[in-house]
Amino acid sequence: MDSKGVKDEEMELLVADLLEVYGYDFTNYARASLKRRLNRLYALDGFPSFAEFRYRIKSDPDYLKRFVEEITVNVTEMFRDPQFYKKLREEVLPVLATYPLIRIWHAGCSTGEEVYSMAIVLSEMGLLQKSLLYATDLNPDVLEVARTGIYSLNHMKLHSENYIASGGTKDFSSYYTAKYDRAKFKDSLKGKMIYATHNLVSDKSFNEFQLILCRNVLIYFDKDLQEKVLHLFDQSLEQLGFLALGSKETIRFSGIATKYKQLEGEKVWRKTK
Amino acid sequence: MAQDEVNGCKLLVIGGSAGSLEVLLQVFPHLRKDLAFPIVVIMHRKAAAESTLEDLLNSKTQLKVKEADDKETIRPGVIYIAPADYHVLIEKDGTLSLDASEKINYCRPAIDITFETAADSLGPALTCLLLSGANADGANGLRSAASLGARILIQDPTTSDVSYMPQAGLAAVKSATVLAIKEISGTINSL
Ligand SMILES: C[S@@+](CC[C@H](N)C(=O)[O-])C[C@H]1O[C@@H](n2cnc3c(N)ncnc32)[C@H](O)[C@@H]1O
Repeated sequence: MDSKGVKDEEMELLVADLLEVYGYDFTNYARASLKRRLNRLYALDGFPSFAEFRYRIKSDPDYLKRFVEEITVNVTEMFRDPQFYKKLREEVLPVLATYPLIRIWHAGCSTGEEVYSMAIVLSEMGLLQKSLLYATDLNPDVLEVARTGIYSLNHMKLHSENYIASGGTKDFSSYYTAKYDRAKFKDSLKGKMIYATHNLVSDKSFNEFQLILCRNVLIYFDKDLQEKVLHLFDQSLEQLGFLALGSKETIRFSGIATKYKQLEGEKVWRKTK
Repeated sequence: MAQDEVNGCKLLVIGGSAGSLEVLLQVFPHLRKDLAFPIVVIMHRKAAAESTLEDLLNSKTQLKVKEADDKETIRPGVIYIAPADYHVLIEKDGTLSLDASEKINYCRPAIDITFETAADSLGPALTCLLLSGANADGANGLRSAASLGARILIQDPTTSDVSYMPQAGLAAVKSATVLAIKEISGTINSL
């Protein structure tokens, strides 16, 4: 074994501490990624020993915030996988348009780029006013960013390209105002967003939705936790509702699979039973 | 390396970038059908070229070539290709995890991450092979894999289309075995 860095047994100690002291349950996170991120943080913050790393996490709630932020993967972008948003525009939202109220859940929304993308599509289809976008994450700090809707101006080129590739035809820059190196998204997009912390491991279903998005979250979980969370989504999804996952995630091996039918070409399933 | 022989190879991870596809196309037709371990291939490529790479490689070998799926159990005789834009991690229970975290050395998939996690899971039962390429991804991974007892193979920089990557690999692990292209398949077949 590598002498420096966090060992397997030490990782398990931390996982147990986090559950005991803070109620954060990382027990069923995929180990290789978790260990990599622990080691990355351990090196980044220059801890002289594992004991000090452990003590800091257990005794310093401010450090815990940084810990959770760095241990989870928050990487996201607007209109991530443009073809997916095209599918939403062309096949999913036209169906939901016939409903009086559209309830959408973004589970693991990170800093909110996915939620703003959805709001843009809904507004272009004239559906935003009758929609509610519940956006949740276990990390309160990313939700704070999401609430402000302020992002780096540097990213707008990529976001704008994605938007166009997803079938958007407006001038993307009309959705935000640029100031210094920041882009602030319009308040008119935010009115229907509701942000709250929700831990997919330990919190229950809190509503019924017509559309649930949980993209690029399940890959960080082991198979058992993936299965558990898929059941949570199944419980929270209305008959004929839609479930959308990340481009490398699937319900294929899950117990809920038989109740769902996949839309062609994208990781979107419709609940048919 | 007698110790490796005793343990036997349980996984071969191949990393490469510019100029490495050509090498795989030459090597794959000569791989034995009854290979006793899986192969995971991490190649830098454009997101658009997605499925064509598998098709191309599949046409060159009797082994099964497939894109790596999240939480899939890796099996002997199967060649897994990293999907564009995801890192591939090797878990201790013999499954793969995908991960879309930050790029490493401007790369996702990053060869370093797969070498490192594979070595952490398999130690001396791992073999790493680094091919032609134009950046230093893979070198750090080789260093930590070597320190955990993995066998390290590197394409001879002088026969590499782009020598930067194998050279960086050699600088990181001086004791690595250097292979000419025509030696690669024979070496893999007898791991
Ligand atoms: C990679 S981001 C995905 C963002 C967005 N859905 C996308 O696809 O771009 C993963 C998010 O999942 C969140 N997450 C991780 N574990 C979670 C859990 N147990 N419950 C809720 N959210 C979680 C992380 O905090 C992070 O913000």
